[in-house]
Amino acid sequence: MAETKQSDQTPAAKVGTTGHEWDGIQELNTPLPRWWLWLFYATIVWSLGYWVVYPAWPLVSSYSDGLFNWHTRSAVAAQLAALQAQRGPMTTRLNSASLQEIETTPELLDFARALGRSAFADNCAPCHGSGGAGAKGYPNLDDNDWLWGGKLDEIAQTIRHGARAGDDDGHQGSMPAFGRDGMLKADEISTVADYVPTLSGLKPDAGDDLARGAKIFADNCAVCHGPDGKGNRELGAPNLTDQIWLYAPDKKTIMEGIINGRGGIMPAWGGKLDDVTIKALAVYVHTFGGGEQ
Amino acid sequence: MSTGDNAALAMQPQQHLLAALVDDAARVPLIPSFEANQPDDDQPLYASRKKVYPQRVTGTFRRVKWAVLFVTLGIYYLLPFARWYRGPNAPAQAVLIDFPNRRFYFFFIEIWPQEFYYLTGLLILAAMGLFLMNAVAGRVWCGYLCPQTVWTDLFQTIERWTEGDRREHLQRDRQPWTLERLARSATKHFLWLMVAWWTGGAWVLYFADAPTLVRDLATFQAPLIAYVFIGLLTFTTYTLAGWMREQVCVYMCPWPRIQAALTDEYALNVTYRYDRGEPRASLKKAAALHEHRLPAGDCIDCLQCVYVCPTGVDIRGGPNLGCIQCGLCIDACDAVMEKIGRPTRLIAYDTDINIKRRQHGQISSYSIIRARTLLYVVIIGLVVAVMTYALATRRNDAVSVLHDRNPLFVRLSDGSLRNAYAVRIINKSLEEKVFELSMTGLPDADLDVIGSSTFSGANPLIEVGPDQSREVRVLVTARERIPAGASIPINFSIVPISGGTAVSAGDHFFGP
Repeated sequence: MAETKQSDQTPAAKVGTTGHEWDGIQELNTPLPRWWLWLFYATIVWSLGYWVVYPAWPLVSSYSDGLFNWHTRSAVAAQLAALQAQRGPMTTRLNSASLQEIETTPELLDFARALGRSAFADNCAPCHGSGGAGAKGYPNLDDNDWLWGGKLDEIAQTIRHGARAGDDDGHQGSMPAFGRDGMLKADEISTVADYVPTLSGLKPDAGDDLARGAKIFADNCAVCHGPDGKGNRELGAPNLTDQIWLYAPDKKTIMEGIINGRGGIMPAWGGKLDDVTIKALAVYVHTFGGGEQ
Repeated sequence: MSTGDNAALAMQPQQHLLAALVDDAARVPLIPSFEANQPDDDQPLYASRKKVYPQRVTGTFRRVKWAVLFVTLGIYYLLPFARWYRGPNAPAQAVLIDFPNRRFYFFFIEIWPQEFYYLTGLLILAAMGLFLMNAVAGRVWCGYLCPQTVWTDLFQTIERWTEGDRREHLQRDRQPWTLERLARSATKHFLWLMVAWWTGGAWVLYFADAPTLVRDLATFQAPLIAYVFIGLLTFTTYTLAGWMREQVCVYMCPWPRIQAALTDEYALNVTYRYDRGEPRASLKKAAALHEHRLPAGDCIDCLQCVYVCPTGVDIRGGPNLGCIQCGLCIDACDAVMEKIGRPTRLIAYDTDINIKRRQHGQISSYSIIRARTLLYVVIIGLVVAVMTYALATRRNDAVSVLHDRNPLFVRLSDGSLRNAYAVRIINKSLEEKVFELSMTGLPDADLDVIGSSTFSGANPLIEVGPDQSREVRVLVTARERIPAGASIPINFSIVPISGGTAVSAGDHFFGP
């Protein structure tokens, strides 16, 4: 390539090397710009600032506070306070609004449901499930069957004071242990357990003595569950005629209930959650779809 | 390179063009060598910057650069003040990034956050545009369009204006500080800071109503973040365009590295035509050489190309990482060539292939249309077509449906089944609209919307505010018996009651 202006020198010869060579591979000397070095020193100086303005130094019984007096705990507290202040106008409106108003004011409904959703996930979901579908012994909040009432105020009352949780204003009724306490004999329990599912339209087995079952029901159960088995919300006695079973409609489960009684506990949240959170939770549960007007 | 390799190269020059290009690239080091070929442990690991004093130049490429500078900076500084009336419920600023309301306005286009894919399209276009420029004429972006280049150009102009052109500035820098030199330097930094301040000021105007913000800024009523960002951009503009300059391209920018990997031997680059220029000889020496019938090139080694270079590169060393290909050396060389009566374009947009062709007595060949450039054009065309289609056919209202994850179904006390959905209705128009929601797929079912008490027949009505979306909880209760494990496709439709066509979204109704 004599005709081209091709240099015979290698790059190493032109640039110069650092003098380092490993197995014939030379390191070219390509110096960094000097300001790069100054930036490095500047970062070291900058880091000294952290020692001074933030808590950094362990002392004998405490630590250095730092010039900014900044602490993670007080920062969180300040952020929470800022959040409350930001929500302030909306919480005031929510506190004083009726269900009718909340449901017809989109921004109030959105606010209540958003607040309710996070409070529900934190406090209610462990028993009632993340979507409110409940579990055996833990009521399903999505359906339209309510033990203690499905109006907004009734839901709020149940959340605030709970059921059988030691709160004097809470719901108190429970299912007596007819078997364990000797109120009913074993064959009576078996007979009435055959009868109860028929209240909701389930087919009885051949040979069930339904007439005797109805008699035992009228004598013992109708006091709370009502003569027609439709339940009593004052006492939290479930409606036995609908398609919803808190436990299960099989004979073994029903007999368990009659023998040992039932009395699931809903904690009283009044002391733990503030009023607006309880109202938001009530709106959230009400708008699952089963709420009553 | 061994002598064997050299022999192979000599035999097949065309097949080794890229190898030759790579060799050429290594011809002149970017960082000045110290003691060449002398491995020395005492060489410094850090080098001070060699200050560049670019000389004023006039010519075609300088005019192009001026035009680009005025147009781009003019757009940047003035665009926030352009008005575009949209209606009573929308801002009247032509280009506005409205963070609090999550909207981006660009003249007649309004982008919502979920339409961010338009930005993806723009980014693909930007990348392909860059690649196309590179395939056609190398670092067009670097030389003319890059903000770093444009602002540096403006800052260098201010520097020449206050501290004098190259020769004067160099001379003054060598002399001790005088009051005059101090005044010139102070003026320069003041003007630089003014430009930088305006740059930061224009930036924040894209994020709020510009005339209002200008008034608020002047009366110290603007939010702190506005002042912070003006300060940040003032600092970066002043530092990068005033002090860092070519070092941004050499040390910080990734594009020169990517560009070097993406380029090919057919791309036009600002090239010193060494086939014409070498061997270099002054006019007098050239005359002497010609007398002895010895060859002399057109390059008279006047160094004008080096003096005007904003990055301090000698283009005669071949392709170079520091060369932003702004073409100013072409202007400088052309001026000299005209003066001495030789043909211009000793430095020109050319390829190394052509130099080698001419050395072999062949004519130059330019192939702008290649598989590579065609492919970029096709991709750009496709993306533009898809984006235009998407933009032209997008609707003002939309609906999306999300089935409750948990529970999938609810059994009610009378035994019927219910499914719940989150239905989001989008109203991009600037008036409030009332939509009628209907559902098909389940013949005997109730449709309820939490929070809606008005109906059109059995269909709930839902109000959605101007330029807003609204999510509602929708309950579908089947009155018929749903078989176990069923998954029945259903369809939700919305139609504005004021008239218009329906939009719909599908989902499923799940059995027990």
